Amino acid sequence: MRPGPGGCCYRRPVRANGCVANGEVRNGYVRSTAAAAAAAAAAAGQVHHVTQNGGLYKKPFNEAFEETPMLVAVLTYVGYGVLTLFGYLRDFLRHWRIEKCHHATERKEQQDFVSLYQDFENFYTRNLYMRIRDNWNRPICSVPGARVDIMERQSHDYNWSFKYTGNIIKGVINMGSYNYLGFARNTGSCQEAAAKVLEEYGVGVCSTRQEIGNLDKHEELEKLVASFLGVEAAMAYGMGFATNSMNIPALVGKGCLILSDELNHASLVLGARLSGATIRIFKHNNMQSLEKLLKDAIVYGQPRTRRPWKKILILVEGIYSMEGSIVRLPEVIALKKKYKAYLYLDEAHSIGALGPTGRGVVDYFGLDPEDVDVMMGTFTKSFGASGGYIGGKKELIDYLRTHSHSAVYATSLSPPVVEQIVTSMKCIMGQDGTTLGKECIQQLAENTRYFRRRLKEMGFIIYGNEDSPVVPLMLYMPAKIGAFGREMLKRNIGVVVVGFPATPIIESRARFCLSAAHTKEILDTALKEIDEVGDLLQLKYSRHRLVPLLDRPFDETTYEETED
Amino acid sequence: MATAAEQWVLVEMVQALYEEKEELIEEWQPEPLVPPVSGDHPALNYNVVSGPPSHNIVVNGKKCVNFASFNFLGLLDDPRVKAAALVSLRKYGVGTCGPRGFYGTFDVHLDLEDRLAKFMQTEEAIIYSYGFATIASAIPAYSKRGDIVFVDRAACFAIQKGLQASRSDIQLFKHNDMADLERLLKEQEIEDQKNPRKARVTRRFIVVEGLYMNTGTICPLPELVKLKYKYKARIFLEESLSFGVLGEHGRGVTEHFGISIDDIDLISANMENSLASIGGFCCGRSFVIDHQRLSGQGYCFSASLPPLLAAAAIEALNIMEENPGIFSVLREKCKRIHKALQGISGLKVVGESFSPAFHLQLQESTGSREDDVKLLQEIVNHCMDRSIALTQARYLEKEEKCLPPPSIRVVVTVEQTDEELERAARTIKEVAQAVLL
Repeated sequence: MRPGPGGCCYRRPVRANGCVANGEVRNGYVRSTAAAAAAAAAAAGQVHHVTQNGGLYKKPFNEAFEETPMLVAVLTYVGYGVLTLFGYLRDFLRHWRIEKCHHATERKEQQDFVSLYQDFENFYTRNLYMRIRDNWNRPICSVPGARVDIMERQSHDYNWSFKYTGNIIKGVINMGSYNYLGFARNTGSCQEAAAKVLEEYGVGVCSTRQEIGNLDKHEELEKLVASFLGVEAAMAYGMGFATNSMNIPALVGKGCLILSDELNHASLVLGARLSGATIRIFKHNNMQSLEKLLKDAIVYGQPRTRRPWKKILILVEGIYSMEGSIVRLPEVIALKKKYKAYLYLDEAHSIGALGPTGRGVVDYFGLDPEDVDVMMGTFTKSFGASGGYIGGKKELIDYLRTHSHSAVYATSLSPPVVEQIVTSMKCIMGQDGTTLGKECIQQLAENTRYFRRRLKEMGFIIYGNEDSPVVPLMLYMPAKIGAFGREMLKRNIGVVVVGFPATPIIESRARFCLSAAHTKEILDTALKEIDEVGDLLQLKYSRHRLVPLLDRPFDETTYEETED
Repeated sequence: MATAAEQWVLVEMVQALYEEKEELIEEWQPEPLVPPVSGDHPALNYNVVSGPPSHNIVVNGKKCVNFASFNFLGLLDDPRVKAAALVSLRKYGVGTCGPRGFYGTFDVHLDLEDRLAKFMQTEEAIIYSYGFATIASAIPAYSKRGDIVFVDRAACFAIQKGLQASRSDIQLFKHNDMADLERLLKEQEIEDQKNPRKARVTRRFIVVEGLYMNTGTICPLPELVKLKYKYKARIFLEESLSFGVLGEHGRGVTEHFGISIDDIDLISANMENSLASIGGFCCGRSFVIDHQRLSGQGYCFSASLPPLLAAAAIEALNIMEENPGIFSVLREKCKRIHKALQGISGLKVVGESFSPAFHLQLQESTGSREDDVKLLQEIVNHCMDRSIALTQARYLEKEEKCLPPPSIRVVVTVEQTDEELERAARTIKEVAQAVLL
């Protein structure tokens, strides 16, 4: 038994970055025991932001999730309870033909087949989703820029079917499209270049990358993406969703372990499931939970055989699009280095939107792109095109070129889309000779800070990190989901509202996506209307009592193992 | 209350365990993230196409006639299609910046869905932004854990991935062998009688392709429909190769056999072959298709199809509707080259005579797949030197359930003149003789 430096008989906890801590270690942050007591006492009425941790973070990481007020939670459950009861009543009436049944039915010839859908599976869709269905799938007929034209539709049978009146609601402020840097435009250099390439190359490719679908444009794009990210090589794919679901199975297989964040996107979850590896989930952005999983994985090995794992892959996203939170990348990288795991970073929302030069979350934290083993991202959000990419070391990309499902079986990117990506990327990098890229990045950062600050001042509960351009505003109650969407459209603002199952059942929210194309006037107009609607619907729940991250309760991480 | 000595021992044990754990953590070495790929891996160095992959294609600097792109109706460089896409580009820009649910639905998408439904004479159609994702998202939307799917052995990779994602019970039947399928269905019937309660909630599906990508053969749809009603299984038909090829108006294998389209529960196709665009669609009755709008993963969680690609597809549909004569022209050309390629020593033609994408396999394998692949690659390279662009059919050898033998893929398009077809057949004959003998 080795006595410690202070002569005490206990080992001092070691921080994630290897230094010995003087006090208790929680969430990777150190607090001395005296300060802990003081902080706990002062936490009740204070806003408590997380501060730097011995050099891992170069600037303050301000992320907060205010607790749901108790009364609101109770009322929300009551609301769902009432809706469920009415749902059962309506189903009963429909079954006994007292009420007209609007939805499509099975063919007469196939009535004795096993029914295609289970009744309760669609209960939520039939009885809750149908009531407020007009807030989604709104068709537009103009470029999805800062202002958009929405086609008006009406329903005479409570949203079961829609008719287009022929009117177009013009100039709706667009707070829903993923247009972070404002490249969704139908004029300008990107569009000219794409038009030229369309004339020359046509629209389709009609072959896969490995057969005869590898155009010189694709090679050009991949070199550019690699230089943009600061990695050795990159590979581009036709669909962002498919980039995850087709490449994760190529990287890991049976006998490997995947540690995935609680709130990862469906494409990451699908890719992880298709790979056949064991999946364990750690609590959202919680580094202690991740560390415990890593430790246990290495010490105890595979579940029944106790053999060591072949490799461990950590799946995280840059910005989580439903929470607006940013991954704690410095700590994840420190953990990955300590435990020799591999890191797969999905930057679908953060590429182009974060960082002083728009290179994503790695740039935002000032880290080295070589530390991230697999950098994945999409071209849909900040580049105004479509598709996805993976960047990393040359061995990784060579392996993906030969073994990725997409390269062998799926069509490659369409040439005008490639040109749009190339031009917009060059613009962001400043290679086209203008400062447009830099201006857009700065404008987005300013818009983000301004918008979030104003909303918080008004008294709404806003989730997520101060610097994330995705702003979730909590609504909670089911009726308010529909009401918010409709009221905002009446006032000529298009917002996105999300409920179950994309979010936990009581935490439904409205999600704003800010854009560099939004000018201050547009934001002010939007804020004014949000203020009005907030008063009308009583959405200003905030009591400014943010749960300090250091005190967020950490319970024992129980991991659900999913084995296929 | 433990004595001081006992407490000391406990602390010691915990400390020892802690140190042991630290040792284990230090000792563990993972495998490298990816195994190294040798420099001469056949799939590592791609052919680089400079310029558009149209009828006259420039591969690796050589000008060739294109016998490798799935551009069946020659719409890849059709000026009308390009013009329509250009108009859409000038109106909407390139990307849609959102999934269908969040301001990513454009009037062009609704238009295209309408047109496809009308063309295929079904109630509704739904479009996806990626061909592979179409069937790979459609199958798991309906078939879940506990359901049974009967699928052909030669099904393409996208179907296999869809089945894997669905976690259903998969029964493979021999390629195009209806007797084998009936045997499996009968066995399932016997199982059902043993456990009628479970049988009442187990859905059954039969997944087949119209024209199989891996073999170029057609599925026996009339017999399948009979089996469907006899054993109460639903049919999902994947028509990527047969859409825009078979049938009097190009409606696919149902029109070819004269079967009512309502008998097929779901038809899925990609728009990347005949329509020369990007993406895919599913069509069928509203009862079936509407479900995918909320549970098709590739539909809900992914950005929608760029409007210029949708506009190009609409214009391609217009062209298809205006000249229904091209389908029989295409079939004629297929038959012609099929006949011309018969009797090459060393290579056999695999596929129907009217299939525009068929395979040339080695008559006698050398014994190792690697050597076969090298041999076929030599043939392909020599053909390319003589200005005929061909390609080998590529597969992921370790991932396919039933790996097809290595082959050269030959694709016929309406743009190929009879003279070019003759020349291609001659070249392949000569090269095959030179290489294989």
